[in-house]
Amino acid sequence: MLKVDEIQNGVVIDHITAGTGLALYHLMELEKLNDASVALLQNVRSQKSGKKDIIKIEGDITSLDFNVLGYLDPQITITYIENGHVTRKVRPEQPKQLVNVIKCTNPRCITSLEEGCDHIFALTPSGRYRCIYCEQEFKVQNL
Amino acid sequence: MRHLIDPLDFTYEETLRLLDLADRIHDDPAAYKDVAYRKRLASLFYEPSTRTRLSFEAAMLNLGGQVLGFPDAGVSSASKGETVADTIRIVSCYADIAAMRHPKEGAPLRAARYSRIPVINAGDGGHSHPTQTLLDMMTIRRRKGHLDGLTIGFCGDLKFGRTVHSLIKSLSRWPNMKFVLISPEELRVPDYILTEVLDPKGIPYVETRSLEEALPQLDILYMTRVQRERFFNEEDYVRLKNSYVLTKAKLAQAPADMAVLHPLPRVNEITLDVDDDPRAAYFEQAQNGVYMRMALIMTLLGLKDPKTGEVAFQC
Repeated sequence: MLKVDEIQNGVVIDHITAGTGLALYHLMELEKLNDASVALLQNVRSQKSGKKDIIKIEGDITSLDFNVLGYLDPQITITYIENGHVTRKVRPEQPKQLVNVIKCTNPRCITSLEEGCDHIFALTPSGRYRCIYCEQEFKVQNL
Repeated sequence: MRHLIDPLDFTYEETLRLLDLADRIHDDPAAYKDVAYRKRLASLFYEPSTRTRLSFEAAMLNLGGQVLGFPDAGVSSASKGETVADTIRIVSCYADIAAMRHPKEGAPLRAARYSRIPVINAGDGGHSHPTQTLLDMMTIRRRKGHLDGLTIGFCGDLKFGRTVHSLIKSLSRWPNMKFVLISPEELRVPDYILTEVLDPKGIPYVETRSLEEALPQLDILYMTRVQRERFFNEEDYVRLKNSYVLTKAKLAQAPADMAVLHPLPRVNEITLDVDDDPRAAYFEQAQNGVYMRMALIMTLLGLKDPKTGEVAFQC
């Protein structure tokens, strides 16, 4: 098993759907972190889901927007670590509605034609996000 | 103010009241000839339609109202690049209610968000067609006497067939339904209909490729056309367009009291010799569509039923 040093101060984003870690990395703009070390682990063995991705960040995380994780992947867990100890473990909240956060990619949707039309996705009872106009599901794999 | 954008915009009880009103209109249309006097319907059709547009316009005229609008995007300001949002703002100044058909999915919802008058979705791309759903339900109920406990087969293009999606969603609110989904692999019903509409309610369904095998068990057969305009690739259309053809000979395998529905227009998926069979209900659907749209216009405009002295339900 690949070994990455334990984190002293930072955060572990775990249970990321396998194969989507890199998209999440870019969406959170982790490449712009100047004062933190970032490790992206792909296709890590998981008892729950077979495979998963993990992101570990050591250093200053104050500029990061963790809200983005809620709609990307509700299975994700965020573990905060201070001085080598876990201080908090949370699941990101899923916002009820996303306005102009993600874009509808359905070429048949009115959002593809209408100037000034917000891209609005609503959370469905099944925990998925759908475009309110055409009902196409948002899939993180499409990012 | 209410709109009708999605087939589930009305509750189960509201839908029943609307169906009851449509039945009363069906039985005595002359009693409703002045109900919408001096009211105006804007008929906003961004893509060609014969049945739906004329049905809406006939419905308003039957109620004593008036109609204005355009039958094609080419003769509207859409051809100059005007947005749906701007168009409906303008139309709100001229009319009391609007019916909109648009090739883009969600366009009527977009309009409803900016409208000062009720907006009716008259079909948006491959997405939804709620008034077709209402008239389908009216036809099924008039044929079978009830909407619950039916086995309904959908055949043909279940992927892009908006009437299919809308009808499945709506009928899923009635108890003891069973659906048989007959299509080629490429035109299967979208997964979300199965996983978010049928599965959570435990509604049984079967996906099959064989119309012949499905026919004997059906109370209703809902045929659809493979629509050329929904394909990006002409080759795919040509390959799939003749997947299912209902003939008089095949109909011999179906129960004697089954009803055949079709949203029309048909191309060749139902042969002409089926038209005279008592099970053919597709021309009744077209007639019922006028009554159903009369009921809908009355209800969204808050107009009282002269028979009962009440509106079907408050909007």
